[in-house]
Amino acid sequence: MALIELKGIERVFQLGDATVHALAGLNLRIDNGEYVAVMGPSGSGKSTLLNLLGLLDRPNAGTYLLEGRDVTTLSPDEQARVRSERIGFVFQSFHLVPRLTAAENIALPMTLAGIPARERNDRVARALAGFGLENRADHRPEQLSGGQRQRVAIARATIMQPALILADEPTGNLDRHTGEEVVSLLEGLNASGVTLIVVTHDQAMGARARRQLVMEDGRLEHDSANAAG
Amino acid sequence: MRLADTLRFARDAATGYPMRTALSVLAMSIGVAAVVILTALGDGARRYVVGQFSAIGTNLVIVLPGRSGTGGFNPANAITTTPRDLTIDDAGSLRRASAVSRVAPLIVGTSEISFGGKLREIMVAGSTSDFIPIRNFELAQGRGLPDEDWNRGSSVAIIGNKIREELFGNEPAVGQLIRVGDRRLRVIGVLKAVGQGLGMNTDELVIVPAALAQAMFNTNTLFRILVEARSREAIPEAKEQVMEILKQRHRGEEDVTVITQDAVLVTFDKLLGALTLGVAGIAAISLAVAGILVMNVMLVAVTQRTGEIGLLKALGAPARTIRLAFLTEAAMLSTVGAVVGYLLGQLGAFALRQAFPVFPAYPPDWAVIAGLSTALGTGLLFGVMPARRAARLDPVQALMKH
Repeated sequence: MALIELKGIERVFQLGDATVHALAGLNLRIDNGEYVAVMGPSGSGKSTLLNLLGLLDRPNAGTYLLEGRDVTTLSPDEQARVRSERIGFVFQSFHLVPRLTAAENIALPMTLAGIPARERNDRVARALAGFGLENRADHRPEQLSGGQRQRVAIARATIMQPALILADEPTGNLDRHTGEEVVSLLEGLNASGVTLIVVTHDQAMGARARRQLVMEDGRLEHDSANAAG
Repeated sequence: MRLADTLRFARDAATGYPMRTALSVLAMSIGVAAVVILTALGDGARRYVVGQFSAIGTNLVIVLPGRSGTGGFNPANAITTTPRDLTIDDAGSLRRASAVSRVAPLIVGTSEISFGGKLREIMVAGSTSDFIPIRNFELAQGRGLPDEDWNRGSSVAIIGNKIREELFGNEPAVGQLIRVGDRRLRVIGVLKAVGQGLGMNTDELVIVPAALAQAMFNTNTLFRILVEARSREAIPEAKEQVMEILKQRHRGEEDVTVITQDAVLVTFDKLLGALTLGVAGIAAISLAVAGILVMNVMLVAVTQRTGEIGLLKALGAPARTIRLAFLTEAAMLSTVGAVVGYLLGQLGAFALRQAFPVFPAYPPDWAVIAGLSTALGTGLLFGVMPARRAARLDPVQALMKH
């Protein structure tokens, strides 16, 4: 079943006098449980694609069906709700709130969604255990290593049990070894059924995905699924 | 987001930047403290003056010789030349008036008192038996002036407490013979020590019968007639009756001025009330300034935390949640500032009362309520704009600023 269906997506930016087609006539279908790497040079539109898929941005034209539902016409608050319940984000620079502890950072999506404290605590405790962070619950981000920070961020992305995880250069700020760990963690989540879309520069990491999309000038240059078929 | 979580989130955000939080709380608290202390000063002055006037007597109507054009209190009344003098008989005639309960004529002058070789200047008040109860004086020892014919002054005196101390020390004063001017008088009473008041200082006063004082100062006129109305409601009636009787006695001429203590009281009350309101207004300006400071601080917070706002949006926070979080933070800053300021203000007022015990420096309730609500109001009002700005940020742009 299709998790994501993009039809004729256009995204145009106005930079001074110039009109930039960040995405031009994009058609894409991603099924449930896929593991997709989006690659391409800087400015090829892969970040714009990720923002669009994460409902942080709206296309100028085209339709985006998420789980069969047209999400482009939703109001900002309805989109926020979809993000809260169905989508998890992992960022290159982790984006942890510096004044909150690891446990509080992980709980943040549930706090925002208004889930009662007791249920939050249960789920955070399980997440901390699952990501090997039991002893780091009360540490603030600055007291954590890069790998630990990204693990906190991944725990936060998965705490609402989303159908889709969008990772933007998740290993960009990590050394090779910890990057490896983080990728295995994400792949483990994918193995449990979560759809994983990773934007990366790293050829090696991209190669590990089951499906590669290569973008160039806002177009899909190469799709390994089509090439094979 | 749940209310408890919103509060906790705002608190953590505020304490996460201690310097900027402390400064805006300080600004707000100085504003509130200024309102509390300044109105305590203003209202203290009002209470002090009103209290002093009330101490002169209750339901008092005062007759002055001479006519002033308008009613009310006028310092010129004291020095106007008199076409026709007020006499003891004028005073006596006022006892007929139905709205009047007590009357006391008053003659004032200075003289010398001597006893056992000691001599000093004193103020002499000549009056009758009702003078002490009308003026709310209290006797420490002995008794008051005898209830006798007003034109027959017996040779007795009631002395103030300081005079007793200076002349007699630890000796009993009542029953002793003293010399006042060229008269020998027997001390029949001693007034209680009261200290400095708005009226006369009774500690250095000698009270003698009115007729005696007139003879002493060689005069037929009275300085004042003090009239006590039967009740507060009877004051206007008493004033009218007094005026009518004196007019008749003075061949239809209105050559006296009748003022009521009430009128004086109300004038001072209004005057000092307006003063208090004025200083409260000035202090309120500092509250508005503090409110603008809170807004500034919150705008800085929105800029500083743009990345965080982007994150909250990515994590599914609707605009309302973000608005509420920032508004709560602004409200928290002003609430804490207001409470700290209130405590500081009360502490300041307390210190004032300790330093000047006669001065009732209590902030009025209206000022405290107005000060606190203005602080909270401006804090919230000025918090709305930054909160809306935060909620309107574009998530993609906001996330890039990290």
